Amino acid sequence: MFPFRRDQFGELVGEFNRMSDEFNRLFGLRPTAAVGPLMNLWADDNNVYAELDLPGVDPAKVEVLVTEGNQLTVQGERTAPEVKGAVWVRQERPVGRFTRQVTLPVLVDADKVDARYEYGVLKLTLPKSEAAKPRKITVKA
Amino acid sequence: MAEQALERANGPAQPIPVEGETRAVTVAPRVDILETDDEILVFADMPGVTAQDVDIRFENGELTVHGRRTASHPDKEKAAREFEVTSYFRSFQVTEQIAADRIEAELKNGVLTLHLPKVEAVKPRRIAVKG
Repeated sequence: MFPFRRDQFGELVGEFNRMSDEFNRLFGLRPTAAVGPLMNLWADDNNVYAELDLPGVDPAKVEVLVTEGNQLTVQGERTAPEVKGAVWVRQERPVGRFTRQVTLPVLVDADKVDARYEYGVLKLTLPKSEAAKPRKITVKA
Repeated sequence: MAEQALERANGPAQPIPVEGETRAVTVAPRVDILETDDEILVFADMPGVTAQDVDIRFENGELTVHGRRTASHPDKEKAAREFEVTSYFRSFQVTEQIAADRIEAELKNGVLTLHLPKVEAVKPRRIAVKG
């Protein structure tokens, strides 16, 4: 019905990932994401905008830190759903603590960072520090 | 029984380009599946999707979930891009052990929860032994 879904290489990669998950489970290791949640960054003249996909996370347990003006750290924990009397059939969604740290391209004002959690996405607005804002220099004749 | 009831749950697929949109991709959401005596529960990660943008269909024994997320900040300069998920799609084969007319779904914090109730005939039953 959906012939375009046949992606041999993708299936192989998926198989490797599943195998690695099984190994972790076998040896009692807590599964962790390789790099933490993925992040997109945008910038305009006044702000830097960051977005991280954090579906099903309690926003109260998400920590956002800005250190040294340009080190952004987002950390928190994802928990597996707990249903009374239920048996697990398949587990693909990652659980456990996650940390994501990036160096922002410019210095930001850490006191004015706005963070909101909408539809499972953490949206950050980080105002650029005055020194980092673009400035128009007039050329004297 | 759940593996039979959901005969095939496609694994997370690699991004598939959507026709007509240069950077748009479709991915299969990651799912957790749990089974209780009464129902099968499916949790699917679909961050950025609102309840209006999700389409769940049941047809010919196939349950399909399609979600669309809109691009944020389309007008701004991108500083770093690690994901470009604009659509989610995944399908499940559902057998007659599931009461298709009573399937329910809810979406909260980017997680879609599907309740697939079992038909009465396959629910486990406790048989009382007469003395």
